[in-house]
Amino acid sequence: MSKPRNALAKLGLSPSAYVGAVMLLVFVLAGLFGPLVAPYSPVEMILEQSFASPSVQHWLGTDQHGRDALSQLLHGARVALIISASVVFLCAFVGVVLGVISGYFGGIVDEIIMRVVDILMAFPGILLNIAIVATVARPGVGVLILALAINGWVGYARVARGQVLTLRERDYVMAAQCIGASSWLIMRRHIIPNLLSPIMVQMTFGFGSVILVEASLSFLGLGPQVDYTWGALLDQGTTFMWKPGYEYFAIIPGAAIMTVVLGANLLGDGLRDRFDPRHKGRES
Amino acid sequence: MSIGSFLLRRLGLGLIAVFGVSILVFSFLHVIPGDPVDQLAGDNADDAQREEIRQCLHLDKPKGEQFLIFVGNIFNGTLGQQCPNPDKLPTVMERINAVMPYTLWLAIGGIAVAVILALPLGIVAAVRQGTAVDTLAAVLSLSGISMPTMLMGPLAILIFFVYLGWFPGPAEPDAPLALFLPSVVVGTHLMAMLSRMTRSSLVDVLREDYMTTARAKGLPNTVVLLKHGLRNALLPVITVAGLQFGAMLSGAIITEKVFARPGLGTLLIEGIQERNYPIVQGSVLVIAVFYVTVNLLVDLAYGLTDPRIRRA
Repeated sequence: MSKPRNALAKLGLSPSAYVGAVMLLVFVLAGLFGPLVAPYSPVEMILEQSFASPSVQHWLGTDQHGRDALSQLLHGARVALIISASVVFLCAFVGVVLGVISGYFGGIVDEIIMRVVDILMAFPGILLNIAIVATVARPGVGVLILALAINGWVGYARVARGQVLTLRERDYVMAAQCIGASSWLIMRRHIIPNLLSPIMVQMTFGFGSVILVEASLSFLGLGPQVDYTWGALLDQGTTFMWKPGYEYFAIIPGAAIMTVVLGANLLGDGLRDRFDPRHKGRES
Repeated sequence: MSIGSFLLRRLGLGLIAVFGVSILVFSFLHVIPGDPVDQLAGDNADDAQREEIRQCLHLDKPKGEQFLIFVGNIFNGTLGQQCPNPDKLPTVMERINAVMPYTLWLAIGGIAVAVILALPLGIVAAVRQGTAVDTLAAVLSLSGISMPTMLMGPLAILIFFVYLGWFPGPAEPDAPLALFLPSVVVGTHLMAMLSRMTRSSLVDVLREDYMTTARAKGLPNTVVLLKHGLRNALLPVITVAGLQFGAMLSGAIITEKVFARPGLGTLLIEGIQERNYPIVQGSVLVIAVFYVTVNLLVDLAYGLTDPRIRRA
């Protein structure tokens, strides 16, 4: 057995988790290198070539304005990757910081942070995203990231706080406190490293849900003002759904979205089984 | 925590949430760059017309007074007037009332589809744990979670309306059976969640000692499974279904758009596109109040039936 296979086997993930990981990897690679290898510009309109069927020149055909569908999809992957990675990392960072502070210090700080969490959770998430995006006339990618992050950190904060509450009572944390270690040192050395695995699981699921919400907003015409986000492509595609032979206009971007969400869910389930043995065999 | 203080605490949190939402909704009008009057007046309006719209939206009054008028409109049940020509146009509440039945029926239909499909799927998966049936159920529910509504809706229309012609298509919300396809589309995501929950909850219950006891008494397997097993496993499932009812009111926005159905979501999106702020404020507020109320009721019901929850 070769070395990398040994390393993979040691991770102890289920086969479906590897399938999920590969799906996510394809997405990340498409986001990183897609625009570099895309054969055409995603916005250049060549009207003589509108509605071209898939061919050697245009692998996935062209849209109603003669734009190359494959190039749009690859450039869309970049936008989707930028948005989902930024939202997930931003939310995880803010959530972990607030959750750790809340759980470690308790008292009034905990009370305030948790009430904010309660209020944000008492409100349908997508409505808040819509509300924020709708206040800006032409939202860019940055506005969308902020709109998605404004309530996205809540889940991470709850997970982090829950972990800290149990970690705080561990003997090694008590011991560190007794020998006079500062709160900052204890958090950095003993608390944060121990909550990374549940947060990583949460982040994996997060990739899927961010892509879905972004696509929903784009579909409603409230996404970033870019023509080739996957949600926008899907929205344009569905208008040709009733034209026989053009169903793939909607199915291809839809399948791209589904691949990322499914990949995130498969890998997330696998990682959770691995890091939280209590879950093993309980969730399908 | 006693029942009384549990009730008070949850009620208080609900009120704070609704208050937070109304402030957020009110501030819509004021954080938006540009003058809301520009959008409503159009390019050809003269100063007198613009002033009329400004007064109609109460933008000429101080912010505090505007907020009081906004709150007053909530209590007098109109949720505000549409501008311009408030006398000729229906009030915001009248417009919401007109579309509300469509949204409510869609939410009820969605929950029904989800529960009807999720229970058998979850039960079979739990009982036949680790078999091909279990794997199939897992694949089904994962696809349900991962399939974007924006794709599933058009596909459902394509197959069952365009090709097969079994169900009415988009923009026929009053035709018989028109509720069927949108309900399936709205319910699929929830179905996936619920079947996973039913399975994991039932798998836990199946390991309990009282299940062994029931079998040892010689009860038939179905009775053990349904009466002793499922009854105990369903509590968390019902809770999630209840909580999701609130989420459906807003989550149905996409489905409403796909099926060109009237509804709260469609009204909200129209309001945003036309920059019709009273409509936007009104529909967001109604959705939020519904959501908070339903969550509160589910919380209370759960807290009353299961004393352990009250401590959380």
